[in-house]
Amino acid sequence: MSEVAATSILPKTDGPLGRLSDLFWRRPGLLLLLMLLPPLLWLGIIYVGSLIALLLQSFFAIDDFSGLVVYEITLDTYKQLLIPANFDIILRTILMAAAVTVASAALGFPIAYYAARYATGKWKAVFYLGVMLPLWSSYLVKVYAWKLILAKEGILTWIFEKLHLSWLLDAVLALPVIGGNSLSISYIGTFLVFVYIWLPYMILPTQAALERVPGNLIEASSDLGATPGQTFRTVLLPLALPGLIAGSIFTFSLTLGDYIIPQIIGSSRLFIGQAVYTQQGTAGNVPLAAAFSVVPIVIMGVYLWAAKRMGAFNAL
Amino acid sequence: MARRRLRGERMKVLAMTSAVSFSKVSRHFGAVRAVDAVDLVIEPGEFFAMLGPSGSGKTTCLRLIAGFEQPTSGHIEIFGETAEGVPPYRRNVNTVFQDYALFPHMNILDNVAYGLMVKGVSKAERHRLADEALALVKLPGYGARKPGQLSGGQRQRVALARSLVNKPKVLLLDEPLGALDLKLREQMQEELKSLQRKLGITFIFVTHDQGEALSMADRVAVFSEGRIVQAGSPQEIYNRPRTRFVADFVGSSNVITPDAMAKLGGERKWASLRPEAIALAGEGVEARVKATSFLGSATRVSVQAGETALSVMVPAGHPVPEADAMVRLSWKPSDVHYMEGEA
Amino acid sequence: MRSDRGQKAGWPLTLAAAGGIAFLHLPILLIFVYAFTTEEKSFQWPPPGFTTQWFAVAWNRPDVWDALILSLKVASIATAIALVLGTLAAAAVARTQFFGREAISLLVILPIALPGIVTGIALRSAFSLAEIPYSMWTIILGHGTFCVVVVYNNAVARFRRTSSSLIEASMDLGANGFQTFRYVILPNIATALLAGGMLAFALSFDEVIVTTFTGGQQSTLPIWMLQELIRPRQRPVTNVVAVVVVLATFLPILAAYYLTRDTESVAGSGK
Repeated sequence: MSEVAATSILPKTDGPLGRLSDLFWRRPGLLLLLMLLPPLLWLGIIYVGSLIALLLQSFFAIDDFSGLVVYEITLDTYKQLLIPANFDIILRTILMAAAVTVASAALGFPIAYYAARYATGKWKAVFYLGVMLPLWSSYLVKVYAWKLILAKEGILTWIFEKLHLSWLLDAVLALPVIGGNSLSISYIGTFLVFVYIWLPYMILPTQAALERVPGNLIEASSDLGATPGQTFRTVLLPLALPGLIAGSIFTFSLTLGDYIIPQIIGSSRLFIGQAVYTQQGTAGNVPLAAAFSVVPIVIMGVYLWAAKRMGAFNAL
Repeated sequence: MARRRLRGERMKVLAMTSAVSFSKVSRHFGAVRAVDAVDLVIEPGEFFAMLGPSGSGKTTCLRLIAGFEQPTSGHIEIFGETAEGVPPYRRNVNTVFQDYALFPHMNILDNVAYGLMVKGVSKAERHRLADEALALVKLPGYGARKPGQLSGGQRQRVALARSLVNKPKVLLLDEPLGALDLKLREQMQEELKSLQRKLGITFIFVTHDQGEALSMADRVAVFSEGRIVQAGSPQEIYNRPRTRFVADFVGSSNVITPDAMAKLGGERKWASLRPEAIALAGEGVEARVKATSFLGSATRVSVQAGETALSVMVPAGHPVPEADAMVRLSWKPSDVHYMEGEA
Repeated sequence: MRSDRGQKAGWPLTLAAAGGIAFLHLPILLIFVYAFTTEEKSFQWPPPGFTTQWFAVAWNRPDVWDALILSLKVASIATAIALVLGTLAAAAVARTQFFGREAISLLVILPIALPGIVTGIALRSAFSLAEIPYSMWTIILGHGTFCVVVVYNNAVARFRRTSSSLIEASMDLGANGFQTFRYVILPNIATALLAGGMLAFALSFDEVIVTTFTGGQQSTLPIWMLQELIRPRQRPVTNVVAVVVVLATFLPILAAYYLTRDTESVAGSGK
């Protein structure tokens, strides 16, 4: 070990790889550019290009007589969004998204809280997988499962019957607007399925936010004589809020853009997603479809901006 | 092979050169002058310490030698060869990182053999050399373990072996003992020192601990705000600090203002006076004892002489005054060290 | 949030949490029961009888096989593309400070942050503007786009946890950029990439919204299921396919979980 190599600077390594490595070391900017180029080209051309194409379409309008797209910049298509039939669709979707978000937060919070504060070791993993597996398992299969559950001859009707509560189910279904012939063709059904499918997206960021709350903060609060309710309102909720907001970004955005759930489980009244789908498909009015799809983009843009100001992104 | 061809020629050039030399080296990060026009010469075989508070530029200097940073201006030579523009993997200089940076996915033997592996040394040979290196750092037979299974001190030794196996011309150590507890630190200080003597490799280490720098190094450079304030032997640095900063940072020395020094009977200049150079006897200045603290081999006595607070070291076996007692202080005029300027 | 006193949760909280987890899982379990029902025409509960015949019927349906094979092809290629693009973007963002890092993150996340229908219709209108005929590749273009983010997220997280001194140590010991990538970076991010790849595969294998817009007349397995949901032909076959899909997506997710679970302490490589 005592022999010391004679040179302090080694000669240049041979071969193209060695030279390329030297080049990248001297010009880190070049390496960075080469690394960024493929993803930038793909996302920039394929994705952003498509979005711009879509956006452009929304500024065209369709000729009422020929049914062809007129390639002139106009705001006529956006004006169509404001006619009552279309505006109802937008309002209905936003209300549904808001209701789903609130329900997901209410259902998701106890799970996230328990998993963050009380679950340890093996139970931690159980809770994590218990949320991850439903999150990642097939969307359509989950929707399908609810079709089975909510069907008139399905398990839910059967349970109500066994509990002698059929009158309750009938009363709920008899409610105006949100009721219907059976749960699977009512707003209640649509709402339930939305909540079910997007719930994990609410739990995960909420749990992440709660994990960062030191446990002794809650003990300190109760030490100081706060009731559990006060501790929840004044300590826990403000600290969990960024997580809840991050989760609400998902539940809100996903509900805004979904067209499959209301198509399979719900009344025949349309949501934004369905409107986009039918306008670009059977109705052949691509500009209106484009204008409709700009609505969730704008809503989410405002929502994300507000969420960022409230620090929600730190919980993602 | 190319290496062997060049070896003979370079040997001649290297005979009389310094190990590392900086001339007017600066490294700026935006507006921050991390290293500012530093001149520095480190001799072959020296155990050299770069001492300074965090942000003083010492670590950046180390990284300039390793090649992780490039100078904004100035010239660096390693054994007479220009280092600018040479990537770290072409410098025969190795680093022991502060967090050791052992590869978590490899066992200890492969960690140590890594440098040889990338140079294309055969498996049998590099494993033999790695075993030797592990024996050198007193970790024989640890090769099959993973870094996660070792203690902090053991990881430190592995990091050392991983560098030494490459027979570097210069070994850089970034806060090598920072993460170890006190006892282990003292032990490693001695081991590093004897290892360096045995191998004759130039060791350059960075630390913010003045005790470590003074006890291990042949020479110390004190850094402040990107510059070297003073470089010299530990005795020089300790006994004759050039500036107030060095006196403050390096020792537990009493730093005395010009006015106070004049009142104490000296010149009207900034001065430093080591606590152990003051005796609690004789005819000197009168002072009141504020507090005493027992340190084992000595007792530190804090006294107030007029407006000047001083600390005095009383060796074990000598009488220690009570708090609030009045004492007289004396020292040899030659023990007073006058410093340059204000800073 | 960790409390070392190890107190127990109150029963209302335990009940709510357990109820929530049950709510998430029971519907999926129900599918398994329905796969064995003898009832063909309705979703009758409880099932009048049990049989395994539908597995054989599904096995012999060529349309199911065609859809499955297309789905597997699309998911494999989209995953490969996502692995390359996601790792590159993650390496660039995690390793270097440069102007526009935030923009890159946003660009990668956008395809899943915006509703799927926006991505779908945007791609469709671009395809029609550029007169690209529908094929497997148009589906892959869409899937590749939104799969990048899963790989990216996994890789960025791992890059951040991997101490940057590991790379410097490798270079310091004489490894050039490529050797450092091969011997240090790749082994350290491999499990994260594997996990990201599996999640990307699951995401693509299950995707339906974007695919309806980019697939033309082709049927991936989810499209096949969607058609069966809207216009049922043989309900029990759908049940069987649903069970197979559930099992097929659970495995990669479990594997991805176990791959990334224990790495936190190791990849940090610190003290």
